[in-house]
Amino acid sequence: MTLRRVVPALLVVAGGALTALAGCGSETPAATGPAAKALGSAGSITVYSGQHQQTVGALVQEFQNRTGIEVHVRSSDEADLANQLIQEGSSSPADVFFAENPPALAALDAKHLLSAVKPTTLAAVPRQDSSPSGHWVGVSARAAALAYNTQAVAAKDLPASVLDLGQPAFKGKVGVAPSETDFQPVVTRVAGDKGHDAAAQWLSGLKDNAKVYDSNESLIAAVNSGEVAMGMVDHYYWYRLRDEIGPGAIHSALHHFPSTDAGGLVDIAGVAVLASSQHQDLAQRFVAYLVSEPAQQIIATSESFEYPLLAGVSNRRLPPLAQLTNPVVDLGTGQEALDLLQQAGML
Amino acid sequence: MLGRGVLAGPRPAAHPAPVRGAARRPAPVPLTLSVVAIAAVLLLPVVGVVLQAVSVGPRRAAHLLALPLVPTLLANTVLLTLTVTTGCAVIGVAAAWLIERTDIPARRVFAVLLVLPLAVPEFVAGSSWVSLLPSVQGFGGAWLVMTLSLYPWVYLPVAATMRRSDPALEEVARSLGAGPVRTFLRVTLPTVRTAVLGGMLVVALYLLAEYGTFAVLRFRTFATAIFNEYSLGFDAASASLLTLVLCLMGVVLLAGEFSLRGRSRHPGARAGRPASPVRLGRGGPPAVFAMAALTALALGVPVGSISYWMIRGSSTTLPSGSVLAATGESLLLGAGAAAVATVLALPVALLSIRHPSPLALTLERGAYLVRALPGVAVGLTIVSVAVHHLRPLYQSPLLLEAGYVVLFFPLALVAVRAALARVPPELEDAARSLGETWLGALRRVTVPLVLPGLAAAAALVSLSATTELTATLLLRPTGIETLATQFWLYTSNLAYGAAAPYAAIMVLTSAVPVFLLTRLGLARS
Repeated sequence: MTLRRVVPALLVVAGGALTALAGCGSETPAATGPAAKALGSAGSITVYSGQHQQTVGALVQEFQNRTGIEVHVRSSDEADLANQLIQEGSSSPADVFFAENPPALAALDAKHLLSAVKPTTLAAVPRQDSSPSGHWVGVSARAAALAYNTQAVAAKDLPASVLDLGQPAFKGKVGVAPSETDFQPVVTRVAGDKGHDAAAQWLSGLKDNAKVYDSNESLIAAVNSGEVAMGMVDHYYWYRLRDEIGPGAIHSALHHFPSTDAGGLVDIAGVAVLASSQHQDLAQRFVAYLVSEPAQQIIATSESFEYPLLAGVSNRRLPPLAQLTNPVVDLGTGQEALDLLQQAGML
Repeated sequence: MLGRGVLAGPRPAAHPAPVRGAARRPAPVPLTLSVVAIAAVLLLPVVGVVLQAVSVGPRRAAHLLALPLVPTLLANTVLLTLTVTTGCAVIGVAAAWLIERTDIPARRVFAVLLVLPLAVPEFVAGSSWVSLLPSVQGFGGAWLVMTLSLYPWVYLPVAATMRRSDPALEEVARSLGAGPVRTFLRVTLPTVRTAVLGGMLVVALYLLAEYGTFAVLRFRTFATAIFNEYSLGFDAASASLLTLVLCLMGVVLLAGEFSLRGRSRHPGARAGRPASPVRLGRGGPPAVFAMAALTALALGVPVGSISYWMIRGSSTTLPSGSVLAATGESLLLGAGAAAVATVLALPVALLSIRHPSPLALTLERGAYLVRALPGVAVGLTIVSVAVHHLRPLYQSPLLLEAGYVVLFFPLALVAVRAALARVPPELEDAARSLGETWLGALRRVTVPLVLPGLAAAAALVSLSATTELTATLLLRPTGIETLATQFWLYTSNLAYGAAAPYAAIMVLTSAVPVFLLTRLGLARS
């Protein structure tokens, strides 16, 4: 990368000018400071997490108590973290990346930044919920769903397929958040099921129909307030909203499409060990822990309202999902979905 | 000497020939070298973006620039930049005139209240409006929220200039029969032109680069396209190519402001006395109403909304040690960045004002360009440079501070330049003719005179650094959370009640530097 060659040159210019300055006998504003604390000293790992902060906090706490391994968590947006990991490359201080969606993991895998997950860890959850390459393992699941305002839409008028949302009948009634990493998988699935051209046509109809929101959080709030009649979100945004504002203020419900429909997609939050990690064993232990029963129990009862993937553990506050046992399509890096959304003028 | 206005543009020169005294001498070599070193570091993000963009190749570049939404996004950015900047200019100048030139009641109270919106981070203001009135969105919403948040950037320098300029001219105009309106248009406005332009530039550059607040307000600008390439494509090269477009727009703005400012030559020595106020008479109550309404919208809405969520939200983080810890981190980081940025701004301002060569002016203008880059582009470039070339600093508090310095150096430069431009070079000449060295004259004469300007610069930087979000998320040491990152983490989980205390503390702590700014501005020589 040219940046790597020019940057040292610039630093040399700056350094040279400073040295010359020192030679001139004036006071040099020397830029020295305390060295950074070495991350990941023995017995500790660093986890980059794009997942729900409180849930990860609870998981890490229990893992530390159980193993004595110290875990440093860097919580941020999963896409920010993925971009940061790409820039860091083999120099990354991270040992583990815990993502919200497969595309962020697939993008890192495509750049050969991920290690293979231990086979015993992969075996803990259904095979289709992890990466086909075996470089990341699924931890929890969530379902794409159509949230609708119960005062604006009668249950009988709900669409049978997510593809219907591109029909003129839904003009002005539907909201989407295409810049969120959660909508991209639905587009990928439509393109996978029906082909690229059909997906493009669907998006062109959806563009005419849809109000575009910046985030799932604002979309679910808009559906609940009636600002828009319905919107495609992952199920947990509705539950988190209900948790925050109370059931009394909820004027919306979730509609799940059948598992055969692209809108009935189940999306996976997965975790991977970085190939550059100096603590492969500790990192693998943490990843294995996330699919173990105690961790899956924490996920099942946490404020993040996700579906645990380990057989025998279930989230009692959520309706059971048939889709959880159905194969999940390989979502790839989502590049095709991004192209489709851009060509449709939605992004 | 404290506080002849500290934020105004350069002092209007008494004669068209500004090159006097020290300026005739060539710039001292140490000064030029320090400025080159500072500029080399400050321009790293711009260089990083250009290099990444070049790696994209012409075909992909053409594809990206021809995407269907690009024309709309460009139009949105241009439209918003023009209208918000105009709105800020109108509000800023009108408010400054009312406070500095009229007998408006409660003048001192308003003088503080009018600056306080600077204490509310824009993303907090945006979230507040949306949670109060969901219909505040799209172009109208973005215009309203940004204008209300950003007008103080025009108000501050304009008020400072008005306070300082000689009221005699306006009095003469009025005694010759010109009404208040005519006097304002023909005499007052030309005097403050440089200050207005400088403020508008700060606002416009901010608007080019902002993403998060517009996202909350559902208004998509060109920065949205850049953000999508990062967050959905994981493609820094494509994102950088699009960022170049913003860079070019930034260059146009910088050149435009420079050419307009360059022609501005106005007589008007330092005020020896305060202006005799224009009597508002029957216009008084409407003027008070307008100022009160402005304050209620710009300040009342965010403060009210934060209070509502603190009481109403079911999730809560109070009382909690993490709130205190985040407050400590934010304040420490902000103070450090403020000190460094201010110290670095001094040589750059000195060189560009005392020895205005083409090189000096290019370096000075270049330092502003980083304001036109989205925070994520700046943050990722610093990540890339530090992780590969400055490994011991990576994810240390020092690197985060360096990031703040790069991002907010332009704000410090604006304030220091304004203060320095008002120190007559003859004073330094006198010191040197009496045997002082160049550095000695600087230390014993110039620096004491620009101290209020340095304080204002530090206040502006600490204010912005304490509430910065995007670059903070990328550069902070793992495990360290600031007020802004905690606010963001909770709001992104819909936990508004838990997020509210962080917003409240951001506003409260920012109020301190803002108050300092008004004090520095209000005090009379």
